[in-house]
Amino acid sequence: MHIVVCIKQVPDSTHIRVHPVTNTIMRQGVPAIINPYDLFALEEALRLKDKHGGRVTVISMGPPQAAPALRKALSFGCNDAVLITDKIFSGADTLATSYVLASAIKMLNAETPVDIVFTGKQTIDGDTAQVGPGIAKRLELELLTYVSRINAVDRANGQITVERRAEGGVQVLQTRLPALITMLEGSNELRFATTPNMFRAARAEIRHWDRTSAGIEDLKLVGLKGSPTIVSRVFGPTPRAEKAVQIDFDPSNPEAACEALLAKVLAESPRVKKELAQRLPGYQED
Amino acid sequence: MSEKFDVIIVGAGPAGNSAAYTLAKAGLRVLQLERGEYPGSKNVQGAILYASSLERIIPDFRETAPLERHIIEQRLWMMDEKSFIGTHYRSDDFNSEPYNRYTIIRARFDKWFSEQVQAAGALVICEMTVRALLRNEQGRVIGVEVEREDGKIYADAVILADGVNSLVATQAGLRKDIQAGNVALAVKEMIFLPKETIESRFNLAGQSGVVIEMLGSITEGMVGTGFLYTNKDSLAIGVGGMLSDMKAQKTTPVELLERMKAHPSISPLIAGGETREYAAHLIPEGGYKALPQIYGDGWLLVGDSAGFVNSVHREGSNLAMETGRLAAETLIELLQAGTEPSTANLAGYKARLDESFVMKDMKKYQKIPETLHKRRQFINDYPPLLNGAAHKFFTVDGQDKRSKEKEIIASFVKRRSLFGLLGDAYHLWRATR
Amino acid sequence: MSEVKTTKPIKKRKIKLDENLLAYRGVWVYIESERGHVHPVSWELMGQGRQLADQLGVELCAVLMDAAGPALDAHCNSAFHFGADRCYRIASPVLSDYRNVPFTKALTDLVNAHKPEILLLGATTLGRDLAGSVATTLRTGLTADCTELAIDPEDRCLLSTRPTFGGSLLCTIVTLNYRPQMATVRHRVMPMPEPQPERTGLIVDFDPGLIETDIVTKILEFIPDEMRDKPHLPYAEIIVSGGKGLGKADNFKLVWDLAHVLGAEVGASRAAIHAGWIGADRQVGQTGKTVRPALYIAAGISGAIQHRVGMEGADCIIALNNDPNAPIFDFAHYAIVGDCNQILPALTRSFGTYLSKPETKVVMETAKELA
Repeated sequence: MHIVVCIKQVPDSTHIRVHPVTNTIMRQGVPAIINPYDLFALEEALRLKDKHGGRVTVISMGPPQAAPALRKALSFGCNDAVLITDKIFSGADTLATSYVLASAIKMLNAETPVDIVFTGKQTIDGDTAQVGPGIAKRLELELLTYVSRINAVDRANGQITVERRAEGGVQVLQTRLPALITMLEGSNELRFATTPNMFRAARAEIRHWDRTSAGIEDLKLVGLKGSPTIVSRVFGPTPRAEKAVQIDFDPSNPEAACEALLAKVLAESPRVKKELAQRLPGYQED
Repeated sequence: MSEKFDVIIVGAGPAGNSAAYTLAKAGLRVLQLERGEYPGSKNVQGAILYASSLERIIPDFRETAPLERHIIEQRLWMMDEKSFIGTHYRSDDFNSEPYNRYTIIRARFDKWFSEQVQAAGALVICEMTVRALLRNEQGRVIGVEVEREDGKIYADAVILADGVNSLVATQAGLRKDIQAGNVALAVKEMIFLPKETIESRFNLAGQSGVVIEMLGSITEGMVGTGFLYTNKDSLAIGVGGMLSDMKAQKTTPVELLERMKAHPSISPLIAGGETREYAAHLIPEGGYKALPQIYGDGWLLVGDSAGFVNSVHREGSNLAMETGRLAAETLIELLQAGTEPSTANLAGYKARLDESFVMKDMKKYQKIPETLHKRRQFINDYPPLLNGAAHKFFTVDGQDKRSKEKEIIASFVKRRSLFGLLGDAYHLWRATR
Repeated sequence: MSEVKTTKPIKKRKIKLDENLLAYRGVWVYIESERGHVHPVSWELMGQGRQLADQLGVELCAVLMDAAGPALDAHCNSAFHFGADRCYRIASPVLSDYRNVPFTKALTDLVNAHKPEILLLGATTLGRDLAGSVATTLRTGLTADCTELAIDPEDRCLLSTRPTFGGSLLCTIVTLNYRPQMATVRHRVMPMPEPQPERTGLIVDFDPGLIETDIVTKILEFIPDEMRDKPHLPYAEIIVSGGKGLGKADNFKLVWDLAHVLGAEVGASRAAIHAGWIGADRQVGQTGKTVRPALYIAAGISGAIQHRVGMEGADCIIALNNDPNAPIFDFAHYAIVGDCNQILPALTRSFGTYLSKPETKVVMETAKELA
């Protein structure tokens, strides 16, 4: 079995330390991490490998600094890692990204046929959840998103059965391999890397593929050029025109502040008053 | 793990990196294990890089190492609530290459240093925590065990460079637990300002820099120091006090730093800056008398894990690099000759240290920790006395100079008594011999 | 990696469309229906879509795909009530339950046939699955989880705003020389519009020629969720939320106490959930739930954008925080600076007294008489 896992290295926005006094964000020296959602995909891929044998190749499109993320993925037990990196790929939105990854997966497929492609549900820095479906469409893989469990893989018949999270319940789907699966967060727990795997990862050669090795056919479809969307503005939120009404708080007399607040809210917010009225004992609707 | 290395180094801070680099360059099979996610992730320093120590390891480091500013001015401030009296030394000689000291940012520097270590041929693995030392039946250390499945890794010798807490050395019984009276708890912030602002506030041009070391009211009666260093586009500011004092006074280091930043001589220097990093760490302060056994059967201690810090001159990273290098050189000599690294044979490590400035400086100042701790007048009385004297001296108010002099002397005598003053002079002289 | 904060616009691009793309007109909203129900996010999008269509002077069209039957027809009528001028109806037994391949084919064929300039979908599991596939098939731009949609008056382009940089800033994204412009929006980000039952419109049937035997994926079964004691945050009218500023897990009890007295739902910031103080299903924010209550009380929450976008639609926001510089005070209606662990119990007492004061009931009845 040959499984490909796509990961992304992202800035670590969750492990940012906060200054204990000013509550500002401390960002110096905070490393980039593997997109946390991808780890569920990685673990699922490794579990399938444990069960059915075969290899797991982990790939990522990114700058040269993204290599450590792939090395970390190797340390959990993946067999091979490929960093798809080329200056021309930068500035890519999800359409351009799925094009590059799909091309690379095609090349990998030529080396060893790929049975399953895993991606994470979404990234913590982009949140769009589009790359997985994009790759599936380009490679004509059956798409299974928000998978919470892989029930069975029937290699003889090339079939896979999964549970997929839907609104109000779970769909049990069966489809044909090869397929692309995006894993739901919380669907598994990442294993602890073993010492031999840590050593292997530390010594491994990470393949670096540029546009040629990745098999890019149309350069107009990559990077900034291949991105239909563009960020036109980045901004902080506009503070509300009206400043918040300050209620002075005296710790020795907390009731005073609360009474003042309550009085103001009831006077100035009819919807709140109405809601609270519905919670009064003996309230009867008209 | 069936693999065996010549040397395993625990820790990827300056001591560990210096040892690993030196050993790898000599062709030995080196494994370096770091507990943190990346080399330097657990390290915190002001930070000042002492070129002479690094030169002895990587002579051409200046070509590629990320350096902030080279230091041309050193200021020593003795602070009171609203004032300071101090000395400055600035020299244009410090402004010609090769520069003697630099400010650095540890996150970037450690990353560079580790790259050199790996390029030299050492295998560096992060997120590997050493749980214990492995010993053979005779008690010789023959490797380490990590906190992962299949975690026994073997080597001829182990260098422990695992920092002030040195969990491994402590667990292995090679040294005692940290004593609150032997370490300081220090905190620092990095405050970002435009390069031009830093240059105009500190009278600098190009990449030159200033270092300010501070004593006195900023540590609020505790034994400790503060500092302010200039980086390219940031200032590193910090303060620390003996852990035992902090516990007794129930001060938090954060509060201490906030008040220090508000000092009228300090706040204008950092005004308008954006704080973008906050970190805290322990610093060994016990000096020579607190040194444990630094070598044994198959093992050596280097850097902070042994407590190699010169608390008077605030030097630690150069001692770390020096001890790391000398430990490596000791092992290179033994292992290349096929001699086993027994306790007796490793005595060469201590001999090398005794020859170097490391032990000489540690010995010279061995009485300081005790002196400062027992005789609080140096922290509590002299800064205000000296500041008061300077204030009187420099205020022109119609009082004649002779009576000013008399008042100054009287203030000293009143506070310390004649006997006390003589005693202080004597104790200070003795402590620095 | 250091943070880049800028409030300068990146570059004002003049979007020049190819000849063939100028033919793309109209605002479409994909109406998500499963097992007989329409997901409310679709109606919320209709409300927003109506505004966009009016600004552009074009039609608002609803797209409905399901098995033929009375449910599908009823949904079409509802779509008109919510402002659709036209309803594209695709009825096929192949579409009775969601599967990626037939739904993608049907929607892309419809888009290619009738060419909308804007296509909106709800950011649900179905919506995201479908949108990603459709956007890639159409080779067009897609912006996900938008918090705001607007039309640029100069070039008629869709401006999609969403959080970025891990939720600390906002960004506006435009689609260049590609059509349709696609966007997904999460449930409760847009307000639910008022339906107008007298509205009607044109139904246009479309047949993408789906054949069941062509579809490789089979649905073996559907397992509905148990109706456990789940929080009902999205529709709660009063919410009390707690954040990391509370200090420790035990203090979260104070949030529960106040919520209990108020008959409110309990929410939490991402930080509190990561600290393990409360379950992830109570997260309010960009990656949690979006809420639009009458009253939102935030205790010990700093108010970073990723939380803000989940609750700033609340009518009345009361912020309690020790830090006078907390960003939440920039958009709250009422602010109390102080120790939450002291304020919360006091509020609980005050609200408790108010809500069981018999005199208040009398006042209410008097008011009714006077009205």
